[in-house]
Amino acid sequence: MYKLYTFLKYSFVTLWTMFVVAPFLWALSTSFKDFQSVNSKVTYIPWIDYQPSLEGWKVLIKSPAKGGVDIVEPYFNSIFVTCTASIISIILGTLAAYALSRFTFKAGFVRNNDITFFFISQRIMPPIVLSIPFFIFLSTIGLLDSLIGLVVVYIVLLMPIAVWIMVDFFNRVPKELDETALIDGCNPYQAFYKVVLPNSIPGLIVAGMFCIIFGWIDFFFAFILTFTEVQLLPVKVVALNSSVTPWWSLSASALVSVAPLIIVAFIVERYLSKGNLSGALK
Amino acid sequence: MNLYANNLTYKLDNEFHLNDISFNFKKGNLYTILGRTLSGKTTLLKTIAGLINPDSGEIQFEEKEFSKIPVWDRNIAMVYQQFINYPHLTVYENVSFPLKQRKIDKEKIKNDVDEALKTVGLIGFENRKIQELSGGQQQRVALARSLAKKAKILLLDEPLVNLDYKLREQLREEFKRIFSRGFAEDTILIYSTTDPQEVMELNGEVMVLDEGKVLQTGPAKEIFENPKNLKVAEISNDPPMNIINGTKINEKINVETININLPNHLSKLENKNYCFGIRASEIKLSNKGEEFVVELAEISGSETLLHLKRGKTKIIVLIEEVMNFKINEKVKIEFNSNKFYVFGDDGKLISSPYGENNG
Repeated sequence: MYKLYTFLKYSFVTLWTMFVVAPFLWALSTSFKDFQSVNSKVTYIPWIDYQPSLEGWKVLIKSPAKGGVDIVEPYFNSIFVTCTASIISIILGTLAAYALSRFTFKAGFVRNNDITFFFISQRIMPPIVLSIPFFIFLSTIGLLDSLIGLVVVYIVLLMPIAVWIMVDFFNRVPKELDETALIDGCNPYQAFYKVVLPNSIPGLIVAGMFCIIFGWIDFFFAFILTFTEVQLLPVKVVALNSSVTPWWSLSASALVSVAPLIIVAFIVERYLSKGNLSGALK
Repeated sequence: MNLYANNLTYKLDNEFHLNDISFNFKKGNLYTILGRTLSGKTTLLKTIAGLINPDSGEIQFEEKEFSKIPVWDRNIAMVYQQFINYPHLTVYENVSFPLKQRKIDKEKIKNDVDEALKTVGLIGFENRKIQELSGGQQQRVALARSLAKKAKILLLDEPLVNLDYKLREQLREEFKRIFSRGFAEDTILIYSTTDPQEVMELNGEVMVLDEGKVLQTGPAKEIFENPKNLKVAEISNDPPMNIINGTKINEKINVETININLPNHLSKLENKNYCFGIRASEIKLSNKGEEFVVELAEISGSETLLHLKRGKTKIIVLIEEVMNFKINEKVKIEFNSNKFYVFGDDGKLISSPYGENNG
């Protein structure tokens, strides 16, 4: 019985792994193919089925004048916008979440839960509803087609995620912990950054991860709010497509653009599985 | 140099958590606050700590108005019933945290921390993480942290309630040892609990609290011997005191169909209906006694708690050995009538076996 269970378990894990890894393998092998080997017949094994070429990768760093697309600058733009917006969102969101979790607010009929819901409700709207207001807003303050403008917009999009995750997290940190810090001679700010924050690292990591993922993969706002001055990676990747689909360079750019997320996932996984963070608080 | 409070009142959602509480706690003494859950014990301690602002009333400490001093500037320490420590720090860092906050020099911190860890018996655990300790050890760390501070007011909020039976006994013994050592010379120690036995063992001044109201204050012995009314008798006894409705007729006390000879200390009682109180340990199994029916028998440790019934009268008997009973079995018991308390219809104590009634 136990053997059967183990067999089924590992079969399932193997199947699932194949399911997850296969697209990556496909993209990796396609990125080294040329027009011939993609379009003529089904090919799998390099050097036997097809002759690997670096053409798909070269296009990514060639300047447009030479027939390339040059994703290097958009790449760093994307990293800058995602990281800046995520960090600011986490800082502001954590402070907001702590206040919402620990203090009672009353303004007319508005209570803590209403404020929390207001934050989250920003994500309930379809993004397209926000596009025109954002466009007008950015053009009024002259930040259309600029990195700062994108950072501002992404903070609006990412902060609700941070607030949402951190409110939930802080609610599970016993209030007595803050009180003990106060009794032990911390003022409320010290209690927050000396005691509550160090015990909220798992929450901060999870919130940060979500912010980075949602910031990194956004296409819609990057597409609408930028033109020529500034471009982000997702827009550039889509721009690769032309009348003849360049599968090789699309695959290469897809791999390049998921790479940072994979690195983030590995770091977070290492950090969370240390085990001394989860279950720190009963 | 006292902790003095006057008419403290705190209401939440129209319910009194503190109802007109006044006290005057003196330095070097141990005060226990006895009350059931939700009686306002924690609220009172938090009010003293400054975590709760009372709606009205005042607290003074060393002739200074306490309400104007923020929590972090009051020299207090508190141990919660949950084991609250700083999970991101080691045992040593936990205990030294409040001292570092005061910016004392390192040598002195080390001395104080070592002394506190020695007091609670955690030498050798300095570099452990909090999560690696058992519940009892975690609570010791919390206690060490509050001792190391040498605070002027030490608040202990049901510190043993979340521990298992064995550990509770053990820590209770240690508490007695720690508190009796005279460390508390210029400290006011306030200990809240639901357990009457703890109150008796710690043997301090007791404040009995119920629904935010002070029912009785006095030394532990006084509370035990002369509970002012039925409520106090109920709260300060575990198992709760048996309350039996009966009538005094000349030389007899009539309960259900039983006649009990009038004990000496009740000879001056008027002939009337009363509530008679008797502790579960003052009723014995006896062949000469009266017949009751077993409703339930609980064995706890080396004792048996027997729930009995006769007519409308229900009583609990504490037997100091393990015995097995069947439900609905008939047993004979005898009351030690010399230990009868008498309460009036209004619940007030009329007579106690330990001397004259105190009004």
